[in-house]
Parts: sequence; C-alpha cells; structure tokens
Amino acid sequence: MKTTGRVNGIISNIVIVKADGPVGQNEICHVWTGDTKMMAEVIKVIGDAAYVQVFDSTRGLKIGDRVEFEGHMLEVTLAPGLLSRNYDGLQNDLEKMEGLFIARGSITDPVDFDAEWDFTPLAKAGDKVSAASWLGEVREQWVRHKIMVPFTMTQSYTVKSVAPAGKYKVRDTVAVVTDAEGHDHAITMVQKWPVKQAIRCYTEKPRPSRVMETGVRAIDTFNPMAEGGTGFIPGPFGAGKTVLQHAISKQADADVIIMVACGERANEVVEIFKEFPELVDPRTGHKLMERTIIICNTSNMPVAAREASVYTGMTIGEYYRSMGLKVLVMADSTSRWAQALREMSNRLEELPGQDAFPMDLSAIISNFYSRAGLVKLSNGETGSVTFLGTVSPAGGNLKEPVTESTKKAARCFYALSQGRADSKRYPAIDPLESYSKYLEYPEIREYLDQHIEKDWVDLVYAGKTLVQRGKEANDQINILGDDGVPVEYHERFWKSELIDFVILQQDAFDAIDANCPIERQKMMYEMVLGICRQNFSFADFEQCSQFFKGLINLFRQMNYSEWKSEKFENYKRQIEEYVSEKNN
Amino acid sequence: MTTRAFQKIYTRIDNITKATVTLRAQGVGNDELATVGGKLAQVVKIMGENVTLQVFAGTEGLSTDSEVVFHGEPPKLRVSDALAGRFFNAYGEPLEGGEIVEGEAREIGGPTVNPFKRIQPSELIATGIAGIDLNNTIVTGQKIPFFADPDQPYNAVMANVALRAKADKIILGGMGLTNDDFLYFKSVFENAGALDRIVSFVNTTENPPVERLLVPDMALTAAEYFAVDKGEKVLVLLTDMTLYADALAIVSNRMDQIPSKDSMPGSLYSDLAKIYEKAVQLPNGGSITIIAVTTLSGGDITHAVPDNTGYITEGQLFLRNDSDTGKVIVDPFRSLSRLKQLVIGKKTREDHPQVMNACVRLYADAANAKTKLENGFDLSDYDERALKFARDYSEKLLAIDVNIGITEMLDTAWTLFAKYFSKEEVAIKEELIKKYWKEA
Repeated sequence: MKTTGRVNGIISNIVIVKADGPVGQNEICHVWTGDTKMMAEVIKVIGDAAYVQVFDSTRGLKIGDRVEFEGHMLEVTLAPGLLSRNYDGLQNDLEKMEGLFIARGSITDPVDFDAEWDFTPLAKAGDKVSAASWLGEVREQWVRHKIMVPFTMTQSYTVKSVAPAGKYKVRDTVAVVTDAEGHDHAITMVQKWPVKQAIRCYTEKPRPSRVMETGVRAIDTFNPMAEGGTGFIPGPFGAGKTVLQHAISKQADADVIIMVACGERANEVVEIFKEFPELVDPRTGHKLMERTIIICNTSNMPVAAREASVYTGMTIGEYYRSMGLKVLVMADSTSRWAQALREMSNRLEELPGQDAFPMDLSAIISNFYSRAGLVKLSNGETGSVTFLGTVSPAGGNLKEPVTESTKKAARCFYALSQGRADSKRYPAIDPLESYSKYLEYPEIREYLDQHIEKDWVDLVYAGKTLVQRGKEANDQINILGDDGVPVEYHERFWKSELIDFVILQQDAFDAIDANCPIERQKMMYEMVLGICRQNFSFADFEQCSQFFKGLINLFRQMNYSEWKSEKFENYKRQIEEYVSEKNN
Repeated sequence: MTTRAFQKIYTRIDNITKATVTLRAQGVGNDELATVGGKLAQVVKIMGENVTLQVFAGTEGLSTDSEVVFHGEPPKLRVSDALAGRFFNAYGEPLEGGEIVEGEAREIGGPTVNPFKRIQPSELIATGIAGIDLNNTIVTGQKIPFFADPDQPYNAVMANVALRAKADKIILGGMGLTNDDFLYFKSVFENAGALDRIVSFVNTTENPPVERLLVPDMALTAAEYFAVDKGEKVLVLLTDMTLYADALAIVSNRMDQIPSKDSMPGSLYSDLAKIYEKAVQLPNGGSITIIAVTTLSGGDITHAVPDNTGYITEGQLFLRNDSDTGKVIVDPFRSLSRLKQLVIGKKTREDHPQVMNACVRLYADAANAKTKLENGFDLSDYDERALKFARDYSEKLLAIDVNIGITEMLDTAWTLFAKYFSKEEVAIKEELIKKYWKEA
C-alpha cells in the first residue's frame, strides 16, 4: 500500500508532510490542492515529517491537504519518439499542453503511446543478454533506435523469443527473456530510469580519443573538444554564451543533441523552436530538429523543476549513448541550477557555504559532469555523451563557487571575456585564459595527426605563443608609447591581431562564416601562421599597422566567401600578392 | 476589499516583528490575503497552526489583540478597459478617489506562458534615439532595463521612449518613485495627450516600501489583460527595480533567511525572472514589452541587482555623460540588445548590422587613442581621425536628444565614415561599400 500524508507546513515551495508510513529520500509524491495534483520530491525526512519540494506553485495550499507517496524516485520515460520533442524539466511534452498558460499540475505524456514503430529484431532466441543489450531496433527519424534490455534488469538472461519484424506500439511486448531461475520477463520498447542515477550499462569508460568538431574556429583550432569530453563556458552576461551554445548545437558533429535550457530566457528557447525545424544539418541533409531534444525550464518556471531538468537531459543522453550514438548534451546555464540548489538549501535552513551555496555544491557538480564520457558497450560498439555547460558567474567574477567547482570537474574551459565582448570581438573566448586539457592527451594528439596533419598540436601551441607574445608587446606599447618601442614590437602585436581577427573571431550571424569545417580551418590557420612566420621589415609602426589592417580586411572578406568559390580563391590570390609585394 | 459572511475573526496575535505577524489559525491557504488591524497582509509561511503574515504597510501600531480577517484568496486585480487612463496604488485601488474599476478579478502573479506557445519577437520598436535604434534595436516582447546612476535622466528618457513607441497601452509600475517624478510622468503623458493609453500603479517614497512588492505583479496583470484578451501591444515601464529588490531584501531579512551576495535574498534571480519573463510576443499579435530601470551605485554592475538583472533581461541600456560633447549618450560599449539580430538588416536596411559594428569598432579605436593622449603619447594620424569621428558620432548619433529615423541614422554613419576614414579602415563587406559609400 502507498504511504500517504497530510500537509503540515508550507514555506514557499517547501512543504512539510506528516506521513503515515515509510518515506524514501528523493521519493516522488503528489500534493493535492482541490482537484489539482502537483508533483513533489522528498528532500529531507525528520521523524514522520517529510520535507518535500513542490515542482509547482503552492499558492492556496492548506494545512491538512492530502499527499500520496509514489514509492519511486524522479524518473524519465525512455522509448522511441523522444527526438524532436520539447519537454519541460519533468519530461512533460510542452507541445501537447493546452492553453496559452501552463496550468498548475499540467501533465502530458512524454511519448506517443499509440504510435506504431517498424521493429527489426537484432537478437535471437538463445542469446545471452544483460541490461542494455540490443534486442532489436526501430527507425526513429534517421537514428537507429535500439530496443534494449531495461537498465533496471541487473542479472544475466537468455533470450526466449524476439518478436518478428513488424509494426508495434511502444507498450507491446517485443521480446521475452528468461533469468537464471527460469522466470520469464516480457520486454517492451519503453522503460523508466531514475534521473539522478547514472546509467552504467557499459563495459569500459576509456579516455576520450576523438575530437568533436563544432565549426567554431576558436574551439576546433585552438582548444578542441573531445568526443565524450566535458567543457564549460563561463562568461558575464552579454559575453555571448548563448549565441555560442546555439552555434555549437547547430554545427556539432553529433548524432543526437540535447539542449537543456535551465533557468534561462524563454525567448532564447523560442529561437530554437523556430529555427531548428527549418535549419538543415549539412552533414546529414536532415532538419536539425530531427536530431534534437529540448528540455526547457525557463527562468520563470518552477525553481525545483530547474534542478530536475539537467538530470532529465543527461539521462536521456545516456540512454542514446547506450545505442552506440554520439550524443551532445548542453545545459544553459548550470549556474541557475546551482541557484535552485541554493534556494532549497536556504529554505531548509541548512548552514550555508560560500555565497550561501550549499556545502556540497562542488561534489554535486563534479558528480554530474562525471556522467559524460566515451563508453565501450558490451557488444564492442562505442557511444559517447559530450557535455558542455555554461556558467553565469555573479558579477562576471570567475572566483565564485560555481565557476570554481566546475573548473575542477570539466576538462575544457572556454572563458568568455568582457573586454573582448565590449570591443565586439566575438566569439569572446579568451585565447589566453581558455584551455583544452585534451590537447595534452596522446590519444587526441594521434587523432589530430591522422585527421588534420602531422604535429598539428605543435602548430596550435605555436599560434597560442604568438598571441601571448602579441599581448605582451601590446602591453609594452601601451606603457612606452608607439615610438618608445622597436618596430618589431608592433609587428609582433599585429601578428597576434591577425590571428585574432581571422581565426579567433567569427561572425555567428553570417551564413557562411558561422560554420567553418575543419578542412577550411586548417587552410586558414596555416595561411595565417605562414604569414606570421615571415619577418617583414617595416620602416615605422604606421606602415606596419597599415599593412596588417589591409591584410586583415582581405582575410575577413575571404572568411565571408563561400569555401573554394571563385571569390574565395580570388581573395586568396590577392592576399598572396599583397604579402609578396611587401617582401619585395 | 469586501468581507464575506461567516468569516472567522482572530484577535490573538502571538508574535509581531517589523514586517510580519504570527498567529494561530486554521484553514488558511498559502499566499492568501488577510487584513490585520485594518492593514493588508499576505500569508508567507504556515507551520501547523502557526500562520505568518507579511504586513505590507509595516506593523507599526499593531497590537497582540488586533483583528485578523483572512480573505480566502490571493491578491487580485479587477481588469477591464476601464483601467485605461487611471492611476492606482500598489493594491490596485484608485488614487485620488474616483470609482472602483468593475471587471473580472484576476489573481496577480499568475502562471507562465507555455514557451512553446510563444512567438519569436520580430517587430521593431522605433524610438528615434540612435543609441537604441541603431546600436541596440528593441523589439516587441523584449525586456530590457536602463542601467543608470541615480543622477541620470532615466525617467525622462523612458517617458520619451514610451511615447514614441506607438504602443496601444503604456503601463507604468512606479516603485519608490519620488512624488516629483510621479507628477513628471503624469504631466508628460498628459501633455502628449496620451493619458487614455496609460495605466499606472504607483508606490511613492511616501508609501511603505514592502507595498512595492505588489506593483510589478499588478502592472503585469493589467498588461496581460490588454495583451492576451485584447491583442494589444503593451509597453510596461518599471521604475525603479533596484528599490523593488531592496524591498525583497527587507522581507527576507525579517523572515530570518540567510542572505547571499550583497545582502540580497538567495532567490533574487527567480524573483526578478518571474517579473521580466512576463514579456512576451503572443500568437494573437498582442505583446508585452518591458522597459525597466535599475539604478546602480557608482556604475557598479557587479552588484547583485544589476548582475542578476543582466542575466535575465535581453540586454541593457547604459546612460553615460559624454565629457567631449557634454551630452547624455547611450553607451555603445556596455549597452546591448540581444534581440536586435531578429530585426536589423531584415526589417531595416541590409547594411545595418555591419554599419553598427564598424561604428562601435571605430569608436573603440578612439577610446584607445584617448587613453594614449591621457598617458602623454603622440597620436598617429589615424588616432586623430578616430577622435574626430568619435566626437561627431557621439553628437549626431549617440546623444539621447537625437530623434531621427533608422535609415537616416545609417546614412549619417556612412557620411561620417567617408569624412574620416578610408574604405579599408572601415572594413565592411565590399558589396555594401560599393552600394552605400558616400565619397567625401
């Protein structure tokens, strides 16, 4: 029998429930007010008093109102039909909700239970299987969606029967497996999993060894992201976090993209709703929306569900990873999630840590980031979840708890700088502060050697050094004046400006420049580096800046031209002539 | 507020603090209103039988035997077309007498618009101010604050923007407005003959600060009525949100909550987001646009209030006194409109995005030149030209007293480019240069 209870205290969205039976930590319950049922999660138990956070507004709730405990933690439904849906943080399909406003207690099905799928068996009777073994597949959009042994089935089983190819609904039985004791288990295409637990149905989690292309030069060329890696983008407001994330979500080389809009602006999500169904993924020729799942808990939606939304996104990501797919999960912004934790902790009157955040913030964040990764599945295939989060540091100060905790957990750091944003140098990824630990991985070095060019990493470091030297030269110029330093200092500075303007800066709103494939990045970078390696002899600093300004202008026109078009080649020729003229 | 029959009256208050009272009561709903000794109050916490009420006007003069009557419902506003042209206090009661507005009583601070049902904003709001229209174009359904120091004329600029914006309704939410500013708004709207388009909810400095907490929700409930029910374009002006946040801090302090940054409550982000996210473009053509004011102390945007605001709103507009021209300008470096990409070059002329960026880049070069000059270094020829450009740009485009159309702004910018720079220095796409370059 289910445990029930009565409301005995209300502080904002924390409700204290007097329970009449056993209650589990993180158990889900429903709080009734009138005819409306609101979902809530147990976050603390003291004696028979359960403290629950309600994922909705508690307005009008009264002492004595009924509560039902459900006996399980917060779960998501995993089944074919998740792709291209727009969910709230608790996996309600926003598209199916009626009315302009989200009514309290709105619940909609996460997938269409009546839809029929073309099932093809992959396993046969007699096969030995365990959790996450592939039994069959259906075609979901253009993804081969694997039907797996549910992750909650932890033993070894023998397949008794698999349904023949044909059309089935998600709740139809498609396979029967037998456990060691001879009990039969019917398997359907749908399963549930508690979001706060990682799905660990894989044999091995090796170090990332491939690069995930994003089409953003400042990332791919300078600080590459690994497939199955983790990264984060901190930046003050207005530095372009969201624009950068949207660019990556459009261009990244992934099979499935999960966008978690966590406590951010609704209009930004509307942009995705509107654009993604129309934009085409250049790699596959399919609409972007076909590979995308949006989890949307905007800043004005209930705070408690904000925390749930990042876990919901990650769990769905892990589900698709188990099918051997490349998944990219992005959360904008993890600071809002941390703030939701702070609000809860505050209402529970816990002793606060730094900036009133809960003491275990750092542990929660690193635990979450650790769920990403490249995995080897039991059948030898690989799948990956790459995670990229944004952080919105209070006052743009990178020394605040969320940024510091995330820095410990994530391997790539894309710091957006206010200075760059102010001078409209977008993307505002700071070339000196940012890093990718993956450049140090021998696996990644080898991958880049093979896929771009031998010793590519050395070229990257050479470019970084040039930028560093340019900055130092500029500091000297600012202290001593244009005439107070040798002309070489100006040359050094302008070479770093050349790298900045041509490679690091990119126009996310220009149809061509927005997405720069790796082949094009390689060419541009080598061209720029080639020029930087030459020694020009300028008569004075005016001549130097004049020369580089002209050069930058030509390169910019080249960035705006279609790859290998006549226009593009034309600018390339002009640049070569421009440079050789100077040398003569 | 009407009292209904068989309402229970409580006459024993257990605790009184500066802003709250606690008493034993039954059958009370969360967020519900009550009258405590004739003052309006709202339920903020219930622990078993103990109910804590936040008294908006403060608890001065209340005693342990003051009468407490629960209303059985959260704060509401009566909405109808009769709201137009009227001035109300924070409770939605008419100021300066006048009849009570008839109409449907709606809960304030209601539910969220389903993000999936929203429409992408795409309609430009022209203000005639180049610092806004050219550099930081605003669209309907946007939320954007002015970040300004208290000595800057933000209320005047906001009133100007509101009147030029061609909105169907303008709703003013005044929080901690001085009486002088309130009268200023009133006379500006009156002189413009716009009074019938205006609805005002005002809490002046003469009223208790905690009352301010109701003002944005009142204003936005009225806005939702006109936008959702009537399909109108509504512009909501909220001034000053910093004073609103101060009131939040007072209440959370009185309720013994642990303060986070700058003594603000830990929930500040969510509290502000709930207000600002009411800005919306609706499928029926109606829209709510929010223009707010966040006053800064000494231009410090890292303070919790402007900082959290910046993360919520779609950009911010900075006012600054330009010492070169002696005018108040919209700062091109620190101002930003996030939604401008939806309209510039699409609803405006194609060269808009590039001209805008080039202007700001050249203006930045001028700022560098100025630093050089201040440090006693010689200026190059380019520096000299950049400085001259900056002066013209500031006077002819950035100053808030400029009132011209967007195409004219673009033409002005091209004229300035040609006057001071070569085509290479301006570095705009060649096709555009060919089409728009004005030979000096």
